[in-house]
Amino acid sequence: MNKVFKGRVVLPGNTTGEAVVSRQGLNILASYQKSALKKAKRVICADQNNPDLYKKDLTGKIICLPQTIGSTTGGMVLETVIQMGLGPKAMLFAEHVDSLAAAGLILSDVWLKNRVITIDQLGPEFLDAVQDGQTIEIKEDGTVLICS
Amino acid sequence: MIPFKMELTPEEKAILEGKQGETLQKVMASVVLYGEVFGAKRLVPLDGPVHLVTSFGIPLLKPVFEMMEELITSGLKTEKPFTVDPRPLDYNNVRCNPLEKLVFGIMYGKQKEYEEQLHQVGLKDANAFSCTCYLPEVGNLPAKGDILAWAESSAVVYANSVLGARSNRNSGIIELFCGLIGKAPEFGLLTDEGRKAKWLVEVKTSRVPNAQVLGSAIGMKVVEDVPYITGLDQFLGGEITTATRDYLKDMGAASASNGAVGLYHVENLTPEAVEQGRDLLTENYQTYVIDDAEIERVIRSYPVMWRKAEAKPRLCFIGCPHLSLQQLESWSDAIVGALSKRGRTKVAIPTILCAAPDVIEAFAKDRARYEQLQATGARLTSICALMYMNNPLCAKKPVITNSNKLRTYTTAKFMLDDEILEQIVNG
Repeated sequence: MNKVFKGRVVLPGNTTGEAVVSRQGLNILASYQKSALKKAKRVICADQNNPDLYKKDLTGKIICLPQTIGSTTGGMVLETVIQMGLGPKAMLFAEHVDSLAAAGLILSDVWLKNRVITIDQLGPEFLDAVQDGQTIEIKEDGTVLICS
Repeated sequence: MIPFKMELTPEEKAILEGKQGETLQKVMASVVLYGEVFGAKRLVPLDGPVHLVTSFGIPLLKPVFEMMEELITSGLKTEKPFTVDPRPLDYNNVRCNPLEKLVFGIMYGKQKEYEEQLHQVGLKDANAFSCTCYLPEVGNLPAKGDILAWAESSAVVYANSVLGARSNRNSGIIELFCGLIGKAPEFGLLTDEGRKAKWLVEVKTSRVPNAQVLGSAIGMKVVEDVPYITGLDQFLGGEITTATRDYLKDMGAASASNGAVGLYHVENLTPEAVEQGRDLLTENYQTYVIDDAEIERVIRSYPVMWRKAEAKPRLCFIGCPHLSLQQLESWSDAIVGALSKRGRTKVAIPTILCAAPDVIEAFAKDRARYEQLQATGARLTSICALMYMNNPLCAKKPVITNSNKLRTYTTAKFMLDDEILEQIVNG
């Protein structure tokens, strides 16, 4: 049975994709920098401090996370990887979106016309429920379905 | 364009509709959208210049350079000249081997071009590169109640707490955009409600705790909340002197990096605590007691990130955040005095003191003191030690520091001031 969650719409849109889940704060710089510097075709998470994501392919996935953490360059790095075509398809935050991720996602949306659908405040239950590899359906009113 | 809910003035609406050009429209849209995400109902005018966090020309950040170019082509400039975080490199004073230089050349390959871009969008001057923009020598010194849009975490917490100004911990680029439109979205630390303390921190130590350790303890406990700190005034007094200011600068930087503190109140000392006292505490505040045992526990909790934990230090950084003029004088006298006492003339390990360009210029006016320090081999620089340590080759060196911010973000090992001095003198 599908599990349904409702969050706050930050950047609306409809999409379906594959979940990749970080149960701890996602460090954007540490996760993306290595692949971005190499101008790789896929982003492989390089953050050794994140056992949930380390060495996993993040390209075009729906990233489920509490918040992002780390350097204040994080937002700019996120915008950069989105421009390179390596960004996530959507970002689903269990908590309130943090200022770094918000800036990167907004800059990408406004300046690059490249939207990463973003929903926040989905609650801790969302992160308890979602698993890597599951199909997720997002609707523009902030509804998130975890398909079983 | 996303429909906005924020209450905007006719002028702001006109900008959003593109009546002053597409670039300014995108700047305004970014700020408004950012504000709406955090519940801002309106934009409020800035009272002082912005302070930028992005001071480094990393080629990777291509969209940032493209956006800067677009701002320049559109003739956009901040209303007031701004300051920015420290430069990453200074080969004259922080020496590097050819391989390290090669890596730095790749890492910060667009530094010159980026600095030129900063000048064109309103940088104050060539000396405006420091995380301590609020020091009188640097001159980006806000007054109590001033609305700001700063991004460097150590500067934000200082401006909010010690000066009583009001700034959120903004992301890079957003602070520049606020400077371009001269306004910031009103939410969080810009509001009276957002400045209330959710934590009562009771300092019950037998003597004044090390500022960097106290800040670290507070940051790790309260994370992003506002603490109201009692018991510190018994050590620091009830007046903000130069020494108190420097203590609070270092304590705040540690709380902002070991946690995400953007504002703290110190009972009977910081401006809002003097005015409002414990009325600043929220109804259901939590309490954290810091005694001697807790300070010891926090120091012991710091992991050593060196490859060989017992290695001999090869480099020492003092001044993250940058040293004030008085701290620079004090460290200079301490190094010269300690060497003289041991009958030595040169520092035992390369020692780098970091301060704002304007502060170093002020320090150098006292020629005798300046030359005494230079004679020891200790070097003065205005770089960001953190950006130096971001070079993977530099990160492998056993570096010591008295900065809890540098310890947190890099492989540098934290030591108390006395231990640092001992290492500088004896190695």
